[in-house]
Amino acid sequence: MREVPRAPLCFAVMAGLLMLVGFGQSWSLALSIFNLCLISAVMALGLNMQWGYAGLFNVGVMGFAALGGVAAVLVSAPPVAEAWRVAWSDLLAAALALLASVAAIVAARRGIPPGGLRMAVTAFLLLVGYGAVRVFFDPAVEAIEAVDPAKTGFLGGLGLPVILAWPIGGAVAAGAAWLIAKVALGLRADYLAIATLGIAEIVLAILKNEDWLTRGVKNVTGLDRPTPYEVDLRDSAGFQDFAAGFGLDAGEASTIVVKLCYTGLFLAVLVLILVLAQKALHSPWGRMMRAVRDNEVAAEAMGKDVTRRHLEIFVIGAAVIGMAGAMLTTLDGQFTPGSYQPLRFTFLVWVMVIVGGSGNNWGAVLGGFFVWFVWIEAEPVGAWAMDVATAMLGEGSSLREHLLAGAPYMRVCVMGLILLLVLRFSPRGLIPDAVHRRAGH
Amino acid sequence: MEDILNAVVLLSNFVVVPALAYGSQLALGALGVTLIYGILRFANFAHGDLMAFGTMFVVMATWWMQGAGLSIDPLPTALLALPFGIAAAVAVSLLTDRAVYRFYRRNKSPAMIFVIVSIGVMFLMNGVVRMVIGPDDRSFGDGARFLIKVKEFREATGLSEGLALKLSQGLTIAVTVAVVVALFRFLQKSRTGKAMRAYSDNEDLALLSGVSPDRVVLFAWAIAGTLATIAGTLYGLDKSFKPFTYFQLLLPIFAAAIVGGIGHPVGAVVGGYIVAFSEVTVTYAYRKFLIYVAPESWRPEGLVQLLSTEYKFAVSFVILVVVLLVRPTGIFRGKVI
Repeated sequence: MREVPRAPLCFAVMAGLLMLVGFGQSWSLALSIFNLCLISAVMALGLNMQWGYAGLFNVGVMGFAALGGVAAVLVSAPPVAEAWRVAWSDLLAAALALLASVAAIVAARRGIPPGGLRMAVTAFLLLVGYGAVRVFFDPAVEAIEAVDPAKTGFLGGLGLPVILAWPIGGAVAAGAAWLIAKVALGLRADYLAIATLGIAEIVLAILKNEDWLTRGVKNVTGLDRPTPYEVDLRDSAGFQDFAAGFGLDAGEASTIVVKLCYTGLFLAVLVLILVLAQKALHSPWGRMMRAVRDNEVAAEAMGKDVTRRHLEIFVIGAAVIGMAGAMLTTLDGQFTPGSYQPLRFTFLVWVMVIVGGSGNNWGAVLGGFFVWFVWIEAEPVGAWAMDVATAMLGEGSSLREHLLAGAPYMRVCVMGLILLLVLRFSPRGLIPDAVHRRAGH
Repeated sequence: MEDILNAVVLLSNFVVVPALAYGSQLALGALGVTLIYGILRFANFAHGDLMAFGTMFVVMATWWMQGAGLSIDPLPTALLALPFGIAAAVAVSLLTDRAVYRFYRRNKSPAMIFVIVSIGVMFLMNGVVRMVIGPDDRSFGDGARFLIKVKEFREATGLSEGLALKLSQGLTIAVTVAVVVALFRFLQKSRTGKAMRAYSDNEDLALLSGVSPDRVVLFAWAIAGTLATIAGTLYGLDKSFKPFTYFQLLLPIFAAAIVGGIGHPVGAVVGGYIVAFSEVTVTYAYRKFLIYVAPESWRPEGLVQLLSTEYKFAVSFVILVVVLLVRPTGIFRGKVI
């Protein structure tokens, strides 16, 4: 039971670090970091379900997060009526063609016994179906993208409140995960890793290139916000009095209040997911999940449907990641496909889970907080350290300038180092999976 | 008849030659991945960044040589600088093995731990490369540009389509053939090579027969580092050196290794060309080709491109999935993963 007091201690240290930023740099910055810490924690919780509960090696976190992000656009952006008007008939035809080809393939696969013929027919139908869809779809895309390309050039969204996008983003990511799981699960872990790596790249390629859906690299900015706008707060007399009550000027107070609103929303989501995740982990279902993880063969011999369990947890984990992705896009207020980098969105989340303690929900949350904090603060600290280290080279030295320019990448090295050190000296993470130990390990 | 010839030349110029060059680069990369998988039994996620790391040293040595006036014109100076890159990549591979992987090998950790460890190594190398040389595109090619120029080809053959062969492409293919032949001779004939194959085949049996595991692992890393640097340099000469693209090469490289049968060297080479040819043929726009070969009335209006080039990763992925569904061991019956 040695590890019981460890968790509160770790969280206390984490709170202390954030306070330090608050006092040392600014409270606004500390809140910004904290908000992203919350999102990271949700993302890490999602991955922890897949890896920590079930041992599924998902290296496609970026793809699910981006799907959540695009859901935020599709839910909250105002619809572009003109684009729908010019393209609806072609889109409808393309959708019908798609449905028809899917139906034809399903029928063919039902009707023909497995073997070479079935595969050939499937391939042929795929090709024909693809061609048929393109015939209708290509002109539709051209028409949509021609509608005021500088401002819209896409179909737009539903114009609903952005907060609805969080569950919807989760659902979109879950749907994608279900499709992927149908193909790639049931294989050994490294295969799933490489397959998910590919999925994430494909998802990103689609989001970057299908301008009719997402505006691609032209980005969608000015998304709806679930919080009041700073300007409105600043101009309201009531708020000015409120700020003066704290001895703050209205400008600074407004940014802090808006950030606090986000904090409240994110915290609510995190707590909700954490409670559900804890309940699930300690339910018979969670116990079965861990049994499957620890010994697949034995679990299967006990009559557990391993593939089915894997499918469930993969989809649930992806939903949580997608939700975090939607929250992130909401916080940014814009969707920029170019900003999704595998290092930041996939592998960093992995570091969070491993460092926190895979299998332990509190560990994942702590990992999310800690790793995000280091990721952000390593940049100024790295620049400062490099500045001090190279000061003796003198101003204007080209080597010094080169090293200073490279300093921001120090945080990437720091992440690698943290991951390697934790794996070596504390392989079960900062807050190890305690249930696992009680179970007799 | 001339139309057919023109069509053939057109395809050679835009599909066959680029795919051969790209396939060679993938084959060299996949050989490294497959060797590590065969000997150390894990999928090395740091391989793309190892390629970038070795190539970075080649780039810097090339710049230094260019500054010092060293040159082997018409061949690119990078060839002269290659040994420096190889030395750096081998050194860093051995160092990471000693400092990082050996611990887990001795503990007989599960393969997934190795993969996560390799992600840590990937972060480290990634950061070092970006700190030293920066994340931007770097060009380091010099020497002659072309072996065969479009114009000369047209004049010599009288066809309206031309065929160009860049020096970097010719060099890639030649170097790959040389390296692959040397590697296979080593694996087949030399004592160490045989020991490596035995170790990959059945670790316990090899150990009982007196194969030294440390020596096998040492050679595996040394060869992987060498191949990674050569592949990275050739890719950089052919296209350009940008650290992030090297990271992204990981996917087609893994696809190549798995298609061929992971752990199987011949498979890696074949897989490299399969992935490259699929990628290029699927993303090529066949409009002009059809104009040559199809009857007048069939002339296409669009580009006749199956997939736009941005979706080339989808090709690797689809190949992966098809292999997985149809023949999980890969073409040459490698290990099932």
